[in-house]
Amino acid sequence: MDAFAMGDYGAYVWSCYALAAIVVIVSEWRARVRHKRVYRDIEVRIKALEDH
Amino acid sequence: MDTQREIPGIFAGMLAVIRRDLLLAWKRPGDMLNPLFFFAMVSTLFPLGTGPSAEQLEFSGPGVLWVAALLAMMVSLNTLFLQDHEDGSLDQLLVSPQPLPALALGKTIAHWITSGLPLVLVTPIVAVAYRMTVDVIGVLLLTLALGTVSLSLLGAVGAALTVGLHRATALLSLLILPLAMPILIVGAGAVSLAASGEGLSGGVFFLAAYAIGALSLAPFATAAALRISNE
Amino acid sequence: MWKFLHQLASPPHFYRLSIKFIPWLMLPAVVLIGYGFYGGLILAPPDYQQGDAFRIIYIHVPSAYLSMMAYMVMAIAGGIGLIWRMKLQHAVAAAVAPIGAAFTFLALATGSIWGRPMWGTWWEWGDPRMMSELILLFLYFGYMALRAAIDDTAKADKASAVLALVGAVNVPIIHFSVEWWNSLHQGQTVMKGAMDPEMLYPLLATIVGFTFLFGAMLLRRIRTEVLFRERRTRWVKEMILSEEGDK
Repeated sequence: MDAFAMGDYGAYVWSCYALAAIVVIVSEWRARVRHKRVYRDIEVRIKALEDH
Repeated sequence: MDTQREIPGIFAGMLAVIRRDLLLAWKRPGDMLNPLFFFAMVSTLFPLGTGPSAEQLEFSGPGVLWVAALLAMMVSLNTLFLQDHEDGSLDQLLVSPQPLPALALGKTIAHWITSGLPLVLVTPIVAVAYRMTVDVIGVLLLTLALGTVSLSLLGAVGAALTVGLHRATALLSLLILPLAMPILIVGAGAVSLAASGEGLSGGVFFLAAYAIGALSLAPFATAAALRISNE
Repeated sequence: MWKFLHQLASPPHFYRLSIKFIPWLMLPAVVLIGYGFYGGLILAPPDYQQGDAFRIIYIHVPSAYLSMMAYMVMAIAGGIGLIWRMKLQHAVAAAVAPIGAAFTFLALATGSIWGRPMWGTWWEWGDPRMMSELILLFLYFGYMALRAAIDDTAKADKASAVLALVGAVNVPIIHFSVEWWNSLHQGQTVMKGAMDPEMLYPLLATIVGFTFLFGAMLLRRIRTEVLFRERRTRWVKEMILSEEGDK
């Protein structure tokens, strides 16, 4: 548990690592969501055109 | 019959642009006074906010005056290409046979004459109110003169990029401010040094070098930006 | 080899090939970051001056490094796109901006958090590196704001490329000027000093590891950007019609 406490600096150190994880995860998640949305929008439009 | 007139050269073109802008500014003095009023207002607000004690004034003077000058320049930059964009003269500039960077430089020079120079001339009055001594004011004027030149040059690039855009004013400020920070930092720093008795310092050389660098590069960037925004 | 690179510059080829690269970037990223964190958090002994707080360095330094590298990528890609008119480069520039801004924010936040136990304040105006990072964040915001304000994609590409280049020239100037100012006002000194190998090697590992991660994140975003820009082309249409349920 000493490793966890980081000699009183625990809150500071771990909040930084947590922040990094959050930034990377949120960034990746948003990127994937956007990609899916773009792909789906194009797909819908192309399918709609094909059906004519 | 000599129907072919010689096309004016680079300098002639640049001078023509400068002369036109100065004439226009002369006819609408409001545009010139706006930044000056802004400068005076900001310089007045600070002591009202922080208290008028002598130490406070002497301490904050260089920084406050520099920030006020920077903001005043930002206010004036919005109109650099706006009028020309609206009345079609910008298109004329774009198709002129003279090199666009030269014409862009002409506009920038005219802008400095109508915005930067008046600022520098008005500053001593305000500086005295901030209890600055003559030698410090000298350094202040020198740094401001160099700094406003750089700001006009850099600001022209920003103005060219944002001309005609929705909410161009706020966008222009956002674009220019990070670039203006080194000028502010060094300029105010140099004046602070002078105030604490160090006299002329390396900061002035930095500002001069920056101005020269901007002078040689910014017109080309401005010209490129003008072409991009108006194609 | 040249043909491969040449092909890579074409959007459809890039799109098809890049999906394969991503796992090859993520793997080294995970390994290196994993080793770096293990070495930095568990193996390395506490610092003489800073105790365990120095371990923030394994997040802070890679973030700061990436924030600058991303800006260079943005400026260079924009420049290449502007001068050689390569569509893909503009897509790269557009894609890297939010990532760069994210890492800049991370560098600032971790720097601030690190500063609290070290200097006693959440923010130190005199620190050259933090000021440079802050200004860099504004540069990113300006870039993204300019892109957002221009509707026409090609115009936005070129305008933001000019802006990125002007900013890139200014970044070293900004850093230098803040350092000069800091030396005047005798600001607090930054975390300096020689490093133990036990601290250094994990740090290098995290820097390289995060760079691989950055590459993977970037590739993903470039793909989306390319897909969006090319949405009306034939190759996109054929690809979508021939693939059902792909990402």
